[in-house]
Amino acid sequence: MKLERPDDRGRFGEFGGRFAPETLIPALDELAEAFERSWSGDRFVGEYQRVLRDYVGRPTPLHEAGRLSERLGVRILLKREDLAHTGAHKINNAIGQVMLARDMGKPRVIAETGAGQHGVATATAAAYFGLKCDVYMGEVDIDRQALNVHRMGMLGARVSPVTSGAGTLKDAVSEAMRDWVRTVETTHYVIGSVVGPHPFPWMVREFQKVIGEEALEQLEGRLPDYVVACVGGGSNAIGIFYPFAGLGPQLIGVEAAGLGIESGQHGASIGAGTPGILHGTRTYLLQDDEGQVLEAHSISAGLDYPGVGPEHAFFAESGIARYESATDTEALAAMELLARTEGIIPALESAHAIAWIIREAEALAGRTVLVNLSGRGDKDVEQLARMTQ
Amino acid sequence: MSRFRLERLFAEVRSSGRTALLPFMTAGLPSVSTSVDLFVAMADSGADGFEVGIPYSDPMMDGPTIQAANRRALAGGVTVEKGLEVVAAVVERTGKPVIVMTYANPIFRIGAAIFAERCREAGASGVIVADLPLEEAAAIQDPIEATGLGMVLFAAPTSSNARLEAIAAANPVFIYGIADLGVTGERRGSSSHARELAARIRTVTGLPLVMGVGISTPDQARSLAGEADGIIVGSALVRRVLEAPDEQAALDAVRNAVVELAGALR
Repeated sequence: MKLERPDDRGRFGEFGGRFAPETLIPALDELAEAFERSWSGDRFVGEYQRVLRDYVGRPTPLHEAGRLSERLGVRILLKREDLAHTGAHKINNAIGQVMLARDMGKPRVIAETGAGQHGVATATAAAYFGLKCDVYMGEVDIDRQALNVHRMGMLGARVSPVTSGAGTLKDAVSEAMRDWVRTVETTHYVIGSVVGPHPFPWMVREFQKVIGEEALEQLEGRLPDYVVACVGGGSNAIGIFYPFAGLGPQLIGVEAAGLGIESGQHGASIGAGTPGILHGTRTYLLQDDEGQVLEAHSISAGLDYPGVGPEHAFFAESGIARYESATDTEALAAMELLARTEGIIPALESAHAIAWIIREAEALAGRTVLVNLSGRGDKDVEQLARMTQ
Repeated sequence: MSRFRLERLFAEVRSSGRTALLPFMTAGLPSVSTSVDLFVAMADSGADGFEVGIPYSDPMMDGPTIQAANRRALAGGVTVEKGLEVVAAVVERTGKPVIVMTYANPIFRIGAAIFAERCREAGASGVIVADLPLEEAAAIQDPIEATGLGMVLFAAPTSSNARLEAIAAANPVFIYGIADLGVTGERRGSSSHARELAARIRTVTGLPLVMGVGISTPDQARSLAGEADGIIVGSALVRRVLEAPDEQAALDAVRNAVVELAGALR
């Protein structure tokens, strides 16, 4: 059964917890208290809901993908997070956390970003609420998501390239953590996914569950057979899964299979990983026999992460959700099919969810599948144009 | 009891009213074959004991210098086993107390009890885990102490007095006082936090106190000499190894730096 909240140590079953340097523990305690107080109070929740409605544009539509459904023989409903302000679900969490930072009296926020969507969302929220913003981004990701780097600059954020490791999302998280250890008295770290030490996985899920709650309402009681979402750290997936967990629909998380699971070049932490500790939390991760964390690979920067949120590890372990994967090639084909049948260019991340449906279309024939279309693909167009040249 | 060497050191520095110098160095630097020689050279230059780093891929508490050392050691093939071979040789050749430092994931991956047993076999006195706060400590502290080694716990400038009391109550072999906000690395001035934290810890507990993070120069070490039982210097020494054109130069540079630091604490 799903857990409304983790236990006192921040655990979802055997996953989660707080493996962080002592310097950060008091800040994590302060954050947990501030979140708990704010989230149970009308003033904060009221403001959060108003900002989501009037500024972010919620509720996002639930779109019946008619031509795609016809093509695949599967009824497909798209939860259009790509239509949220800044083009992805990331803004739901960024607004909530930047509001908390403001209420805690912290004048500066930092963020990590992979695809750039969380960086843009945090830069946007910081501009809206008048806070300073620094974003850490791996240099490989800066190259493949150049458009988002420019957007963050326009929004007044400073983007710091991260050169350590493979220069992708994992390294950006580590660098943001290091910044926070130094600046914790004046800075809040807006983690972009349901990862990190407690209370982050729980708090980010709470800020993202609006996706699933809206979808439930929009479905007016007609539950789908499946709810599908891509999983990197897993914030869009937990956001749509959590309200549906226990109601009947089969929950399917789609991880990045990259060049194929057997190639070793992938981001399938649940599918091919083992339990361990990364970035402050106990979860499934890609690691060797000595506990050294391996580099992930995915064509999509947002899924290029060797860990996953601890609540997903718990969902997998307890059978609440099932985790599958889709390759780079399958994701590209899915992106193209959605563009041509529905006139929607999805983010490469979200295309992984569509890719799973395409592969399983025969088994899913006649069923109804709700997909979290977590973001739009504008950011990926330049990378794809370069690839096809 | 392997922690004996460490307890003996703290008893000695307290009775003579001095502060111990405990250099940090990543195992396998400048190379796997010369790593032990580097520690022997530091022992001959006035080091009282060592913190030996087992490299980890994602060292969240470390700045650029020690990150680079981790990468170099891993690329050079330093496994946990090889790191502990260095520890065993350093204990044997110097007779000084050695504390093994790493992150939680390699320990849990191997199994905390197995890791503890291997540290004991290597003759280590204690274990430091950079990303293990008090709330998560028992899973490693219990097996470490069961083998007769000591667990080191951290206290930070941000830790409240109530937390300091809880940390002391867990009875670590010493408290690692984080002398400055931020990750490991060299700093220009002296931290404004270090003295305040040391004083707060002293009012809470009589446990041995070792200060580290951001202490890199003889002046910085001297300014904390009366405040703690020991001082850890890491990045300043690691940088000298990484910058040295060859292994002999690395040995010479580190030897000189340790002589100066030890002199500053006398």
